[in-house]
Amino acid sequence: MTPAQRESPAQQFGPGERVRVRRAYPPGHLRTPWYIRGHSGVVERVCGAYPNPEELAYARSGLPAQPLYRVRFLQHEVWPGYRGNAQDSLDVELYQHWLEPA
Amino acid sequence: MTDDPIQRGVHDLGGLPAGPVARSEHDYALWEKRVDALMVLLSNQQHMRVDELRRNIEGLGAQAYERMSYYERWVHAITQTLIQRGLISSDELGRKMAQVEQRQRESHA
Repeated sequence: MTPAQRESPAQQFGPGERVRVRRAYPPGHLRTPWYIRGHSGVVERVCGAYPNPEELAYARSGLPAQPLYRVRFLQHEVWPGYRGNAQDSLDVELYQHWLEPA
Repeated sequence: MTDDPIQRGVHDLGGLPAGPVARSEHDYALWEKRVDALMVLLSNQQHMRVDELRRNIEGLGAQAYERMSYYERWVHAITQTLIQRGLISSDELGRKMAQVEQRQRESHA
């Protein structure tokens, strides 16, 4: 890890914590799928900290690196009318600046 | 939830009806392999990032995005990135394209 990556913002969430994806629709290159915004899930794991792709997309450094989380959502909470098993889940990797405590 | 096309990118398809997935294998044309190789070389030499490729694909506009094949999108996005970064100029590219077209016309004559 580079020195600049080490200066990344402190990790705000840990495994098992409930988080909500910000309901935000800014222009630009976003890695947060449309369908998951506004939904809440549980942090499955912390993936590490990586340069921010929203910045890398414009040839900037993406530093400081942003903590990345794998968040687990329940399918029936994401899709209206979902008819599968109530425990079916869906994992999405999301950067910290897209998450808030739920 | 709105599906405002200005807000929701044409590439951001999750949850929309998409029809069946084509599972058949297919060969790649020589030019497609070259586009792939170009991307690998440019990335390895740190001339562009995959995030820039994605951003420029997303910027295609709905009609072009839907009409273009996978590697047509790539070559468009690679070109855009190299112009944005100043590695090539539009003028240089335009002249080179004319040269190549001329060469092809001559070889087919």
